[in-house]
Amino acid sequence: MTAPIYQVEGLVIDLYTPTVSVRAVDGAGFHVAPGETLAIVGESGSGKTVMTLGPLGLLPEGVAVDLRGTARADGKDILAMSPAELSRLRGGFFGVIFQDPMSALNPMLKIGPQLAEQARRFAGLSAAEACKEAVSLLARSGIPDPEDRYDRYPHELSGGMLQRAMIALALAARPRVLIADEPTTALDATVQAQILALIRQIQKEDGIAVILITHDIGAVSVLADRVAVLYAGQVAEEGSAIDVLTAPVHPYTRGLLASVPDFRSENATGTKEIPGIPPNQAQLEPGCRFADRCELVQPQCRTHRPPLVKVGNGTVPHRVACPVVIAAEGIVIHV
Amino acid sequence: MSDAIVAKGLKVHFQTAAGLVRAVDGVDLTVAQGAFHGIVGESGCGKTTLARALIGLQSATVGQVSIFGRDRTDWAKADRKGFARTVQFIFQDPLGSMSRRQTVGQTLEEPLQIHGIGDGKARRARVQELLDLVALPETVLDRLPRSLSGGQRQRVSIARALALSPQLLICDEPLSALDVSVRAQIVNLFARLQAQLGLTIVIVAHDLAIVREVCSSVTVMYLGRVAEEGEAKAVFSDPAHPYSQALLSAVPSPNPVTEATRPRILLAGDPPSPRNPPPGCRFSTRCPVVEPRCREAEPVLRAVAHGGAAACHLADADAHAMI
Repeated sequence: MTAPIYQVEGLVIDLYTPTVSVRAVDGAGFHVAPGETLAIVGESGSGKTVMTLGPLGLLPEGVAVDLRGTARADGKDILAMSPAELSRLRGGFFGVIFQDPMSALNPMLKIGPQLAEQARRFAGLSAAEACKEAVSLLARSGIPDPEDRYDRYPHELSGGMLQRAMIALALAARPRVLIADEPTTALDATVQAQILALIRQIQKEDGIAVILITHDIGAVSVLADRVAVLYAGQVAEEGSAIDVLTAPVHPYTRGLLASVPDFRSENATGTKEIPGIPPNQAQLEPGCRFADRCELVQPQCRTHRPPLVKVGNGTVPHRVACPVVIAAEGIVIHV
Repeated sequence: MSDAIVAKGLKVHFQTAAGLVRAVDGVDLTVAQGAFHGIVGESGCGKTTLARALIGLQSATVGQVSIFGRDRTDWAKADRKGFARTVQFIFQDPLGSMSRRQTVGQTLEEPLQIHGIGDGKARRARVQELLDLVALPETVLDRLPRSLSGGQRQRVSIARALALSPQLLICDEPLSALDVSVRAQIVNLFARLQAQLGLTIVIVAHDLAIVREVCSSVTVMYLGRVAEEGEAKAVFSDPAHPYSQALLSAVPSPNPVTEATRPRILLAGDPPSPRNPPPGCRFSTRCPVVEPRCREAEPVLRAVAHGGAAACHLADADAHAMI
């Protein structure tokens, strides 16, 4: 297996305001290798964005942050970097696609020059080369008539085209890790399918690592090689997309998947709901975060944090943090 | 069975600085009493405007709507409160549709007060009944909307809509602001309420899998017009309009094995602007099976194999185009 290019371990992130303190990420980690797509799945507030972007210093504004753990990009310790080094890393090594393209593009500048600037600064191109590169990036991102669009302002493009322009912007610095944070949530179904196909094509051509942050199981199923399921700041389950999506073990993963209808399946079981709501992360109890919503809850779930253990023997490790299911179903633990 | 809604030749046009927007541009719609009807389509197809025009939240430029056999405009003019007791609307953003300063208890009691239903004691009993209907605990009564979770807020807005025991609920994207697991809770709540109270429900949605799951009938809209309509199961299993086929194909399967092997239709481009719909069939600019006649004459809805209707020159009762 290829060595990871971005790796986070034992990450704890506390966010403070004068009145509340929230443990957004609680001892979670992940890794992604070149050529691989990792999907980080969770609902709002599960900490999926904070966990992925937090180590890069991209955190909500106006809150104090306490961040512990390890984070490495290409073997280098990110958390020990100076602000200048971190800024270079964010601009060049990582490319980020957000849900809202207007959060990445400057509305006062034309599209093309924004791309060229990025290519000049981080990919080390000359002004003339960068200009050419910007046009080819627009073309590559599936924007028709790229020479014309080069001179357009963001407001002149449709939602789908803007999303493509943002992808072009993220690629301009020739990143090695592309982070896509809910890239299709705001888009219509037919445009969503186009954008997912585009991300997959870019990854195949460039062999870069992709991290997809999403709550959309459909998008995960299209793109991901591996999946990490996050619940209330902790990893509940991780493994290959096929293992996690077709043979889930953790009660939360099972519940989440059962709540997503599949209209192509003949034996459609309908939408099952998970009762209750996620815990308040300002007042966390010890033990399993899912205990209050879990049908299988046992007394020890409320007192002991379940460890992630390896189940099954596939080439991609499948890990689950639920000793109750593992014991009840006689699942073999591998070391 | 009689019809809950019959709309004929409905058009809603908006005059904007950039030109005339034809949000809804000639829609006929029939919703049977007791149906759970889904209206689907992409942004700008006019689905929300249509839903609002059905109950008069948006005035129609042309066209006529009758609800339970009565002309909607006349009814609302003659008996505004009686109309409100029959038809209720649920908004996409529950927070925006509630007073921020009213507690949940006040929000639920207000419609009963306005309509002079019961005395204080009877109203409080009704509020309790409503909470039970939508499975909210009594502890929410004194809370303000802002302090509730998204799912709880949507339950409150559903409970408020049910306060006057309406027969018809029209819901505009009631699920899109909710998380996946909570969405399933609200979908099941709608299904349960419909069975329990015998409601007719119209739901505007962009989540096709959920529409397939709960709706009995469906209308697929494209650029202000109806592209296809019929029984939900039939339309989903054998869509006759190329746009419906592409729209359904765009929904990924949650199973990665199915997803990797199924054939996929990728449409080029975005939908055209409703300011400037193309001549002929409105889908002709993106349709993979377009023919010259599609760019000239606009197709009308006609019966297709699944028992519903589609507006496509290549679709009739015997056969339809497949992308």
